[in-house]
Amino acid sequence: MSVRDSKRPPSTALSTPGATHADKKERTLGSYLVQGLSKSSVTAIAVLIGCLWSIPTLGLFISSFRPASLIASTGWWTGLVPPWTFTIANYQQVLLVQGMGQAFLNSLIIAIPGTIFPILVAAFAAYAFAWMKFPGRDWLFLIIVALMIVPLQITLVPILSMFTAIGLTGQYAAVWLAHTAFGLPFAVYLLRNFFASLPSDLMESAHIDGAGSMRIFWTIIMPLSVPALASLAIFQFMWVWNDLLVALIFLGGNPEHAPMTLAVADLVNSFSSNYQVLTAAAFVSMALPLVVFFSLQRYFVRGILAGSVKG
Amino acid sequence: MAILAVQKTSASPRGRQRNISWLAWIWVGPALVLELVFFIYPVLNTVWLSFFNKTSTMYVGLRNYQRIFTDPSLLEVLRNNLIWLVLATVLTVGLGLLVAVLIDRVKIERVIKSALFLPMAISFVSASVIWRFVFVYQPANQPQIGLLNAILGLFGIGPQVWLLDTRFNTFAMIAVYVWMMTGFCMVILSAALKSIPDEILEAAKMDGAGRFTIFWRIMVPMISATLTVVTVTMVINILKIFDIVYVMTGGNYHSSVVGVEFYNQLFVFGNYGQAGALAVLLMMAVVPVMYFNIRQIRQQEKMR
Repeated sequence: MSVRDSKRPPSTALSTPGATHADKKERTLGSYLVQGLSKSSVTAIAVLIGCLWSIPTLGLFISSFRPASLIASTGWWTGLVPPWTFTIANYQQVLLVQGMGQAFLNSLIIAIPGTIFPILVAAFAAYAFAWMKFPGRDWLFLIIVALMIVPLQITLVPILSMFTAIGLTGQYAAVWLAHTAFGLPFAVYLLRNFFASLPSDLMESAHIDGAGSMRIFWTIIMPLSVPALASLAIFQFMWVWNDLLVALIFLGGNPEHAPMTLAVADLVNSFSSNYQVLTAAAFVSMALPLVVFFSLQRYFVRGILAGSVKG
Repeated sequence: MAILAVQKTSASPRGRQRNISWLAWIWVGPALVLELVFFIYPVLNTVWLSFFNKTSTMYVGLRNYQRIFTDPSLLEVLRNNLIWLVLATVLTVGLGLLVAVLIDRVKIERVIKSALFLPMAISFVSASVIWRFVFVYQPANQPQIGLLNAILGLFGIGPQVWLLDTRFNTFAMIAVYVWMMTGFCMVILSAALKSIPDEILEAAKMDGAGRFTIFWRIMVPMISATLTVVTVTMVINILKIFDIVYVMTGGNYHSSVVGVEFYNQLFVFGNYGQAGALAVLLMMAVVPVMYFNIRQIRQQEKMR
């Protein structure tokens, strides 16, 4: 696809609407459906959709740099017209006064183990499910995959009372454990499918050379699965970073350990008209996932595909 | 485990295999224990609690369930969830498919995809803040700072209180959800569409197939497996919807859904029985989907 695109001189598609007919390979899928629609108008529609989707985020981004009095009195789009009055005071206030710095740190403390633990546990299980024979293997795998669709809500009460009984409520460990368990079904599903697709002769020859399953796992399976592991890690990281429910319930009473989502949600509730705090806080909480997302986007997409589309 | 250990001692020619079988339990052990503690036990426990009263001290039979289907406020919650389920699923999957078809092989496809996909990286909480600046309301005589009301103003229509007005609030929140999840559907469907060979589409065109025929008779059937996966995923996620509603309206103004109502019953009213019944209901709704999902996985396994 990208190869095909790069071959084409950059200007033809826009300058000559008839280009689609000249080169059949260049037809868009859309052109099969909408007759008489030139490639340039399809592009125009595509741009329109892209803009439509970006406007809300753009609005927040611009608002977060506007002085408080202006945010509350004029629309953010008026800020685009000179004279520009942008400021970073909102970010200063959020990071220093509202304790967002601590919340950012908490989010990291929660999200990093919350990403590594489930992937490790899932990789162990996926290895066994893919390459070992034991009674009930297929059924166990199916049950774990089926758990993907159990609503989280149903599990919260019993787990909460369990955590409270052993004094874990409000601790990071409670959230780590919960995220590990909740992330497992998807992770096991994805990794088992990936592991199973690895060539079996590699495993067999290692076995003949006398390598135990532990060594095969660490020296063959894991290095070969870096793409799948990376995509899963991104997926899990975003999920944990953006989670509100688990943090809300298992950390509920402990503001010192509250992650960004919880801190922002609290701001929404208590400062609902204090826009300058909200806008900057929301953007601070989005910053890291957006960086992760843009730098590793290709892995992320591939990861979803590996889990849902065969071949 | 015990049986396996016994079998292991019997000196059979497949002794090595049995040895591996015993080892396998160590590898899957941590995952199984976690799933047992964090999923299986809580599910059974919640089902059990749902047959008891508020404080789990007295058995009340099916009364909690009966209340869900008779209490007007809970019926309203069910109705909202149904609106969510139908509308949000159709819109995310439908729009995702439409955009995937439309932007396929357009030069800036990648940029558009990123733009649509980006909201997935944003938490529901931040998304709700983002959308505040779309929905926010100011009295009619003041300048509107919300995008939607400002646009309405251009056409001379008075500002609306999008999130408080019971006519609009559920739909407004569905719009936010669609904004967040359409990109996910689009990316997956787009990958499937790319696997349709050009020759088939060309041949259909040569044979004089119209645009609807090409779309419904060729594109949709050829990606039906992927379409099912995407739809099932969306249905599951939408049934469980919590964050958007919790942050944007808190379930007030007649916009509550089962997930939020469950939370409120549990942590606001302390009604364990009613909360349990709601959660079980949610799970029951997912059972047909789960059946579907498992059947599909089995079919995939056969094809491997």
